[in-house]
Amino acid sequence: MSDRTGRPQPVRAGCRRPFAPDPVRPARAVGLTADLLEAAARALLQAEDRLGVLDTAIGDGDHGRNMARGARAVAGIARDVVERPLPEALHRLGMTVVNSVGGAAGPLYGSCLLAMAQAAETEAPGRPIDPPMLARLWAAGVEAVKRRGRSDVGAKTMLDVLVPALAALSASPRLTAEAVRAAAEAGLAGTGPMRATKGRAAYLGDRSVGHLDPGAASAALIIERVIDAVEAGR
Amino acid sequence: MTARVSLVIVSHSPGIARGTVDMVRQMVGDEIAVVGVGGRPDGSLGTDCPMIRAAIESVYSKAGVAVLVDLGGAETNSEMAIEQLPPAWADRVTICDAAIVEGAIMAATEAAAGADLDAVRRAAEEY
Repeated sequence: MSDRTGRPQPVRAGCRRPFAPDPVRPARAVGLTADLLEAAARALLQAEDRLGVLDTAIGDGDHGRNMARGARAVAGIARDVVERPLPEALHRLGMTVVNSVGGAAGPLYGSCLLAMAQAAETEAPGRPIDPPMLARLWAAGVEAVKRRGRSDVGAKTMLDVLVPALAALSASPRLTAEAVRAAAEAGLAGTGPMRATKGRAAYLGDRSVGHLDPGAASAALIIERVIDAVEAGR
Repeated sequence: MTARVSLVIVSHSPGIARGTVDMVRQMVGDEIAVVGVGGRPDGSLGTDCPMIRAAIESVYSKAGVAVLVDLGGAETNSEMAIEQLPPAWADRVTICDAAIVEGAIMAATEAAAGADLDAVRRAAEEY
């Protein structure tokens, strides 16, 4: 760098562009693919009647329909949203869920995704989602569900699936897909004998005993698809 | 006239939201702004975050907005709706932990008398 005098000139900060900034990788390149979102949406649509039956037994009967509405909304934006960086993609998914699902599940799943988006902001941009990172995002999501629902495990809710599945995921840095699936399934089965203390089912008291929790059932379905995707991506 | 606290009634049922607003109007007439929001966009039973947010925005007052809710989803969807407001507005919107009809009547009479948001909320909750 010199002018006509031949003397070296100081390099002005504003003029230095040694490298173009790395473009942040889209969510699909770090593991949040349209295939995953569409698979989860399909699973929820296929389960619409089953979730509805579970919710009719101990709730207001709309969980299947609400989750199906959310599934269609998510499937509708899946191809677009995975082109955005991970935190933005998760945030858009969260807002879409809040604004489409309704019921009690919309704010719960929506808060979960919005908290995962915030947690994703603290990860290195473009970092691929490996099991330890998934566990960190998931933990943030679970905390948000607990706060929003003012609940925890043992109240016959989706937390009875989300929390043990997260524990199984966190137990090892290598994905033990079978362990996570087994924990989710055991968590769901465990809601059967529970007496609900949160959500609409709580009004039924002892009569809620003997029925699986519909929110736990939808959570188990979603976890199944997420674990499939992480496993396939390895 | 100084700004009065407004009311938003959030029910799973459009009929309950409308009926509660009618009862509030009978008590306090047009002295405060009150709006009901019930059901989902397709008219079915439930609550919907964007509808609640729009309702809050439609009656927003510098004195604040007291929100009365019926069952769980009404409360959590109202929380999400409030969080989506501009932060300066969100600080002036509060959900009352009260029975929807009784709470709405108590909150409305208090708000019509010119009470601040905290007093309106307490009136609803102490009923």
